[in-house]
Amino acid sequence: MEFFEAISAKFNYWIYVIIMMIGLYAMIAKTNMVKKLIGMSVFQTAIILFYVSIGVKDGATIPILYHDQVHAGHHHDDHAHNGEHYDTPHGTDHEADEYGYPSRHAPDVVIDGDDFANPLVHVLMLTAIVVGVSTLGVGLAITQKLHREFGTIEENEIHDMIKSGK
Amino acid sequence: MIWQFDLIILVFLVITAIISLQVKDLLAASMIFGVYSFLMCLLWAGMAAVDVAFTEAAVGAGVSSVFLIATVLRTSRRSSD
Repeated sequence: MEFFEAISAKFNYWIYVIIMMIGLYAMIAKTNMVKKLIGMSVFQTAIILFYVSIGVKDGATIPILYHDQVHAGHHHDDHAHNGEHYDTPHGTDHEADEYGYPSRHAPDVVIDGDDFANPLVHVLMLTAIVVGVSTLGVGLAITQKLHREFGTIEENEIHDMIKSGK
Repeated sequence: MIWQFDLIILVFLVITAIISLQVKDLLAASMIFGVYSFLMCLLWAGMAAVDVAFTEAAVGAGVSSVFLIATVLRTSRRSSD
């Protein structure tokens, strides 16, 4: 039971290592160019799986504010738009920030960071997905060019043609 | 996230990754790679990364599959391994 707990708690990480090694094997051992590129995509998604798994918190929800929290924030902003905010700073609830401006985003509601998944890794991995699909597109374009040149997309056949001078 | 779903999706993820790299027909490999991307998208939606999930659904399962199928149709469909 102890062993099962140790395995299942980190199951994402076990699977990420397995998928990553599958992709690495395909990139090295497969001779077909399209298979190599599928292996590269599998490798990339494994890394993204690892990063997203870091940002998961137990019992957390998606990193978006609820409606009542947003409404409370707007209610606070209404004071700032009235104009009286800058003229008559009322009391202690509007502290000035380091530049002397009154801070408009003093929290009316306390937002606990433990309630939300960490959005930093999500933003980083959005970039990684787009870069991944662009590298796949470039690789497939080179594959089509090779097929036009040599008439095959098998790496060993292309090597033989180059060695024997076409 | 519900750990039963987590477990099932992760096991299917490994299965689809292996099948898409072992099947000889490249068109079938492209389609199974689309299934792999969609399972990954489900997993991320369960892990509270909704923005990553719908980007993966659009870009990974959609555009990547189109690129792969276009390349397979313009070159050859058979693979030696």
